[in-house]
Amino acid sequence: MNELAITVIGPDRPGIVADVAEALARVGANLTDSTMTRLRGHFAMTLICAGPSADQAEAALAPVVADGPLVATVRQVGAEAVRTSVGEPYLMAVHGADRLGIVAALTRVLAEAGGNITDLSTRLTGQLYVLLAEVELPPGAADGLAERLSAVAASLDVEVSLRRAESDLL
Amino acid sequence: MADESDMAVEVSGLGDWTPEVLGEPGRVRPVVTAPATVLSRPGETVDPLAPDVVRLAADLIATMRVSPGCVGLAAPQIGVGARVFAVDVTGHPKTVTSHGTFVLCNAEVVEASRWRLGREGCMSVPDLTGDVKRAGRVVVRGTLPGTGAEVRLTTDAFEARALQHEIDHCAGLLFLDRVAGAHAVYPRKVYL
Repeated sequence: MNELAITVIGPDRPGIVADVAEALARVGANLTDSTMTRLRGHFAMTLICAGPSADQAEAALAPVVADGPLVATVRQVGAEAVRTSVGEPYLMAVHGADRLGIVAALTRVLAEAGGNITDLSTRLTGQLYVLLAEVELPPGAADGLAERLSAVAASLDVEVSLRRAESDLL
Repeated sequence: MADESDMAVEVSGLGDWTPEVLGEPGRVRPVVTAPATVLSRPGETVDPLAPDVVRLAADLIATMRVSPGCVGLAAPQIGVGARVFAVDVTGHPKTVTSHGTFVLCNAEVVEASRWRLGREGCMSVPDLTGDVKRAGRVVVRGTLPGTGAEVRLTTDAFEARALQHEIDHCAGLLFLDRVAGAHAVYPRKVYL
């Protein structure tokens, strides 16, 4: 079974998801995990799907991107990496005046602590920049991390908080 | 045993305090939006009898009243780093218990339970909303401006959420500091 990583991005309009999903379904591509969202007026799809070869998927998407401003990429990827989570889930929230390097500096602090970011989003509205990152931290790594994040945040003139993420099992 | 949700909560914690106690109509002040330092620093504890605090309380009510949809406003939002805020959730569809229009100084949450997620916005973050877990039932202690009376308010639902949001402002926190996940912030504008 082929596993493909596909991205499609372009100016938002009604029907992008339907067009792409339909083209992929036609060649037997089974969408597994995906995120699809609007980023500053661009619609961005990132998806993993299983089934056809990369060439088949590319050919199927060709009519969808041929006449419009959508850009698609298809590449074969290895089977799902088995990665058992050993970390503790945390959420880092950052906000402040937009400037270059906020994401770079703060995610570097997380990386140096062995943190693995599992989900992240940023938003810019007016001058306000917001960064939200879910991160798995090795046991004990959270100790002292908040202070290191605060020091870097202060140098960038932004606010940061690091909180344990809750996940109630029901 | 009665179900907890059926138990009545105390609604008369304000005594005979009304905004008229402040003795002035208050001025409408410009609302500060993020990013701004005053929104991210803990406010100062205030003297609820000081004339400038009484004026501040009146200004908060005046500014809240002219702002459409505004159910609460804290001093940092009008540029004053002080632990004072106004709340009025009267008539809001999510309101259960309401104490009407009031201002509290130096307030703190002393009991919190029934935590649940809800979406909230903020006049100081006008373009975003976020999902925030808040207590659906709180006991808040604070002091009334103008009289200096110490009160304990027991409330629930939307008023409880509003109180926690405003007490956060007084501690230099925005709802952005408490959102529930990486995708729990949403653009407020509709782009058509």
